[in-house]
Amino acid sequence: MKFTIGWLKEHLDTRFKDNEIIEKLTDIGLEVESFEKARSEFDSFKVAKIINTEKHPNADRLKVCDVDIGEENTIKVVCGAPNAKKNLFTVYAGPGSIIPKSKTKLTISKIRGVISYGMLCSENELNISDESQGITELSPNKYSNKIGKNYFKNGSGKVIDLSITPNRPDCLGVRGIARDLAAAGAGKLKDISKKNIKKNGPQNINVSITKDKNQGCTIFGSCLIKGVTNKESPKWLKDKIESLGQKPISAIVDITNFVMLNLNRPLHAYDSDKIDKEIIVRNSKKNETFKALDNKEYKLEDDMCVISDKSGVLGLGGIIGGTRSGTELNTKNILLESAFFLPKSIRKTSKQLNIDTDAKFRFERGIDPNSIELGLTEAANLITEICGGTISKFDIQKTQKYKNNKIKFKISMFEKVAGFKVSEKNITKILKDLGFEISKKKLELELKIPSWRPDITQPIDIVEEIVRIKGYNNIQTLEPEKNRIKDTLNKKQKLFHFLQRSVASKGYYETVTWSFTDSKINELFKEDYKEIKIVNPISSDLNVLRNSIFPNLMFYLKKNLDRGFKDISLFEIGPIFKNNQPGEQLTVIGAIKSGKNFRNNWNEKERNVDVFDAKKDVFQTLVESGYDKRNFFIRDKSPNYYHPGKSGSLYLDKDDIDPVAYFGEIHPNVVKKLDIKTEALVSFEIYLDNLKNNKTKLKDQKSNFEYSDYQKSERDFAFVVDKNFKAQDLIEIISSVDKELIRSVKIFDIYEGENIPDNKKSIALNVTIQSSDKTLNENDLEKINNLIISTVEIKSGAKIRS
Amino acid sequence: MSDIKKIKEEYLEKLKSNLNIETVNKIKTELFGKNGQISNSFKNLGSLPTDERKKFASDLNAVKEELQNIINIKIQEIEIKEINSKLVNEKVDVTLPEREINRGKIHPVSQVIDEISSIFSEIGFSVEEGPDIENEHYNFSALNTPDHHPARDMHDTFYLDNNKELLLRTHTSPVQIRTMLNGKPPFKIIAPGRTYRSDSDQTHSPMFHQVEGLHIDKEINMGHLKGCLNYFIKSFFEVDKIKMRFRPSHFPFTEPSAEVDIGYELKDGKIIIGEGDKWLEILGCGMVHPNVLKNVNVNPNKFQGYAFGIGIDRLGMLKYGINDLRAFFETDYRWLNHFGFDPLDVPSNYRGLSR
Repeated sequence: MKFTIGWLKEHLDTRFKDNEIIEKLTDIGLEVESFEKARSEFDSFKVAKIINTEKHPNADRLKVCDVDIGEENTIKVVCGAPNAKKNLFTVYAGPGSIIPKSKTKLTISKIRGVISYGMLCSENELNISDESQGITELSPNKYSNKIGKNYFKNGSGKVIDLSITPNRPDCLGVRGIARDLAAAGAGKLKDISKKNIKKNGPQNINVSITKDKNQGCTIFGSCLIKGVTNKESPKWLKDKIESLGQKPISAIVDITNFVMLNLNRPLHAYDSDKIDKEIIVRNSKKNETFKALDNKEYKLEDDMCVISDKSGVLGLGGIIGGTRSGTELNTKNILLESAFFLPKSIRKTSKQLNIDTDAKFRFERGIDPNSIELGLTEAANLITEICGGTISKFDIQKTQKYKNNKIKFKISMFEKVAGFKVSEKNITKILKDLGFEISKKKLELELKIPSWRPDITQPIDIVEEIVRIKGYNNIQTLEPEKNRIKDTLNKKQKLFHFLQRSVASKGYYETVTWSFTDSKINELFKEDYKEIKIVNPISSDLNVLRNSIFPNLMFYLKKNLDRGFKDISLFEIGPIFKNNQPGEQLTVIGAIKSGKNFRNNWNEKERNVDVFDAKKDVFQTLVESGYDKRNFFIRDKSPNYYHPGKSGSLYLDKDDIDPVAYFGEIHPNVVKKLDIKTEALVSFEIYLDNLKNNKTKLKDQKSNFEYSDYQKSERDFAFVVDKNFKAQDLIEIISSVDKELIRSVKIFDIYEGENIPDNKKSIALNVTIQSSDKTLNENDLEKINNLIISTVEIKSGAKIRS
Repeated sequence: MSDIKKIKEEYLEKLKSNLNIETVNKIKTELFGKNGQISNSFKNLGSLPTDERKKFASDLNAVKEELQNIINIKIQEIEIKEINSKLVNEKVDVTLPEREINRGKIHPVSQVIDEISSIFSEIGFSVEEGPDIENEHYNFSALNTPDHHPARDMHDTFYLDNNKELLLRTHTSPVQIRTMLNGKPPFKIIAPGRTYRSDSDQTHSPMFHQVEGLHIDKEINMGHLKGCLNYFIKSFFEVDKIKMRFRPSHFPFTEPSAEVDIGYELKDGKIIIGEGDKWLEILGCGMVHPNVLKNVNVNPNKFQGYAFGIGIDRLGMLKYGINDLRAFFETDYRWLNHFGFDPLDVPSNYRGLSR
């Protein structure tokens, strides 16, 4: 909402300075977006100096001038004036300027093959004299330090731009703003002078509001003004309209706009000679069409509120008028409309048709239903003053009566909510100034709500009015109490934060990417989840919710590889979506690692990252987070985007149904499809929802501290097993030979090749044996050795390698 | 007796000179070997008369001990010398680079969420969460924003179906609704999380982060709201004094509503929080609207309280001097390295929020 200080003062008697008014506006909740001089179309005319001129290569009479317009670089302007010469001060018009004389708009253009950025103007072109021989010559004395400054003075006053919250339609008119300021002590609200307009004869165009279901119009007021001479608006009106950055059109249109901006009372003027017999306010029928004042043809749906005549739709009530009945400069007789439309109806229709107008913006927020006659009076008065004509009697059609709402307000409620006290007298004054009618009943105020405040419906709204006008700086700052009802984080949240930092500590950079992604990339990772389309995506490559963390990670991995990075470790912890209902989402860690370990390292052998790097990181993370590695179980199944032979899934326990993690190399086909260029790419995922929360705390899970000081013995074995026999199973077999004595089993070599049959491999293990109650002698050790060998051979079909 | 003395003096003299290990070992054998001089002297012990034997034995033992000690010291000296001379040849260039350091980073948003949680933890708030996909009811209607309310236009919403029933939450406020529906007052929660609006330019990103706050109890008034936010802002920016301004505003789900500005100044192009006469809007808040309480079956005549919503990314930008919001989500390795935090740098009140 824009207006000038001068305009405000037509409603407000104030001694406040401009900056005090600005501050007060902010204090009472009318947020000031800006307070600056209105931009004028003359701002693009600058004082300039010709630095150099050259003959145009293709035209004898033209020159190419280097012009200083106060910017870093000079610009080139083609000019035909004989007086254009070096060191001349003159007036330059930039591209986009409208030349006052010809009203033509400048563009950057090629003149005989040379590009000209704007134009140097003659006095004639600027409308300041008839001098058209040559460009304007400015006195160097006066202008030498003004290069780049506006040539024309900007005459309009400073404009305040307010960002009005949707609950305050009353402040979409200057008077409403003045009323609020007055209530807040910034002055006195002036009365609107009473207009004594003469009303002659009846309004003889019949108006009817049909009784359609959900009829969007409840009041339609109108009058005829006959014998007007429409014309350009007088200067005061044009200035007002222009100061708000709007374009004056004609006196009649400007007047209706002025009344709207002044009193927040939208009006519409019809050329009454173009109305076919009568006005019918009714619901539209599907496929009715009309051409609106924005020059667009609209095709209507059922049940939109239209103003029509015998021949069809004239306009959309409260939203936009139509061209068929629009006023023009030659309009002689007009019908002036001042109506009330229901916000819901306005909103629905404008959404469906995607129209936004000043009237729609106001009606959907709620217009004062009691301002019908005021609007007609003010506009009719101005129209007859400026354009002449005679005014008919007012015709007011109503399907609903508006009575001011009343509420009871307990005075004590204010302090209970705001936390500070305001005297009853003060409260009463504030509310009166805001337009409330008050009657006191014991500890309660009975309030009649002003008709222009549709936002006020219950006592809490009264609290807001008082605290707002009184000033938020009166609210105390109470020290917060430090009592706690509940733990800050629950177990799952603690785990989230632990895992996040644990993964990062393995050298991964945490990233945060969109929850949406490109369906084409998502497709590669979505597995069995449903694709979730966004109906109105921000762009076509962010059109689905992600079914996995990887689509975005891969996309950004590629970007970083393109930047020249090679060894990249990234992870994200966040939601992935299984389906489109609230809650159908999982919290997942996705991590990827590309390139090599120890690249270009002077003392370590460089090697590609591989599945066991990913496995190590996933293991260490889970172990650090408090899960017992001894129970972990690996299966060689994983989603399809992993390398089928170099990936696995991790279960916290052999008997678990859901894996808590996947790890492995990314499928080479996926890498290829995404055009990711790296030596190797591995990744892992951890599914937080599958990580069981232990009921007991870690400290309570610990067993008693027991240890053995008896001698440890180590024995090495090598078994020849089938090639696809799993190391995990071999370790499990050996460990369970004697859970007491066998303390650890380590694989230190895997061998295939010479001396081993083709379909076999050799696994070499180191077993640590220790008793808790004695030092084992050779005999004991021999026994356990033999038991290990025989058990392994029986259970796995392996042969000990001699 | 004089024999032993002679032996002792002779060998002490010998051991004084610069010897190699072989010579020392030879001396050792000469003295303590099978037929060594000291060994032999012990053998003679039996032939001595009893009265002399005791004295001789004690002298002999003293000499033995002294010589043995000296020989041991000598051997040690020689060994150390030998090791040292070897070490000269074992010298490496320790200025060669260390083995690779694997240092990961925590994203600024995560760090800031941890900071925020830590601060609110001090004053008794617990953390709640809600789904990213919401239905229309939780995101709007239950928050006193019915379909025909123009405030809906201020939220550019991503929809997941044509009926506009399912959407990506436009703010964290639906967590208020879910929390209150699932529990009984009092409520004292914060809810950080992802939020979405179909808006994208330098200062808007289609996804961003908010933290919602809600405190409902019997006598919570606007003074508590002001106190809570004042405490939070001071703690977060780690300053003793902060200029704060509460401005009336409007949100359908709070009444009265306020927007909060903090004072700042620009020094060498950097924003300094807390000083200066410029204002920066950082959050919206207010007293929870009675209609909202009714919608979640909380009696507004018995309970009241406040709610607030703060942009997390923006807080992070201000505190850590990050200029471009979009960069948060663009996963530029250089940016993550530059603005990321060490994983061991866990914000907490007692160790200080930031280092």
